[in-house]
Amino acid sequence: MNVGLQHYLIVSGLLFSLGLLGVVVRRNLIVIFMGLELMLNAANLSLVAFSRYNANLDGQVMVFFIITVAAAEVAVGLALIVALYRKRQTAHVEDLTTLKL
Amino acid sequence: MPQFTDLLFYAFAGLALLFGFLTVVNPVSRNPVTSAMFLVLTIISLAGLYVLLHAFFLAAVQVLVYAGAVMVLFLFVIMLLDLKEEERRKLKSAILGIGSLAVAAIAGILVSTFVKAKPAASAVQSRLVEGDTAKLGEALFNHWLLPFEILSILLLVAMVGVILLSKKDLK
Repeated sequence: MNVGLQHYLIVSGLLFSLGLLGVVVRRNLIVIFMGLELMLNAANLSLVAFSRYNANLDGQVMVFFIITVAAAEVAVGLALIVALYRKRQTAHVEDLTTLKL
Repeated sequence: MPQFTDLLFYAFAGLALLFGFLTVVNPVSRNPVTSAMFLVLTIISLAGLYVLLHAFFLAAVQVLVYAGAVMVLFLFVIMLLDLKEEERRKLKSAILGIGSLAVAAIAGILVSTFVKAKPAASAVQSRLVEGDTAKLGEALFNHWLLPFEILSILLLVAMVGVILLSKKDLK
């Protein structure tokens, strides 16, 4: 069966659902963050597939931007997690129940 | 006889989904380092898919930046926090069940939409775009120059924010 746009989109959708599963079910902050990265990667794959099959390079430029923004977001998010860990000594979501530092 | 590129697509897609599943559901060990390693493998499989889509520069950037810098940062932080094996807290099966059900519903909606979609006429196949570096550079520095410059400011802001957040006393 010839591989077309639909195949790539189905893979992207399934990957996105897996990342969403990680964010919803897992309790460790770092693994939740990894689920977020998985969702971003799924969106990237869908953008590159559309860019290829619609003869438009804008999708690939957008993926370039998304990778950069994801790198910046990971840096800031991990700095937050480190600061939180210093205060509360835990990286488990069920322990972090109050907004007060 | 299916084409070789089709076989490669199924191989890379299957690997990406398998490693993504192993990242999220970590049956091997309760260590987050194992999840990070599986995420690196997922990212590399996705780079293979980008090469199949003729996005060569993006595949290289993906491996260099995502797998080579972002995941290394993840591993640094995991080892800095010294998160040993996750405590064996009982995962409430109600949360697991409802969460999996909701995600399965979303996955079902997405996959059924993509299966039923009728792509445009096959004339699109004749003008597939090649994502080589020269064309991408032209697009990036002519049409998308303003977002490119704004991104550099964003990176600077992120760096300043990280330095500020990692001070000993957040006063």
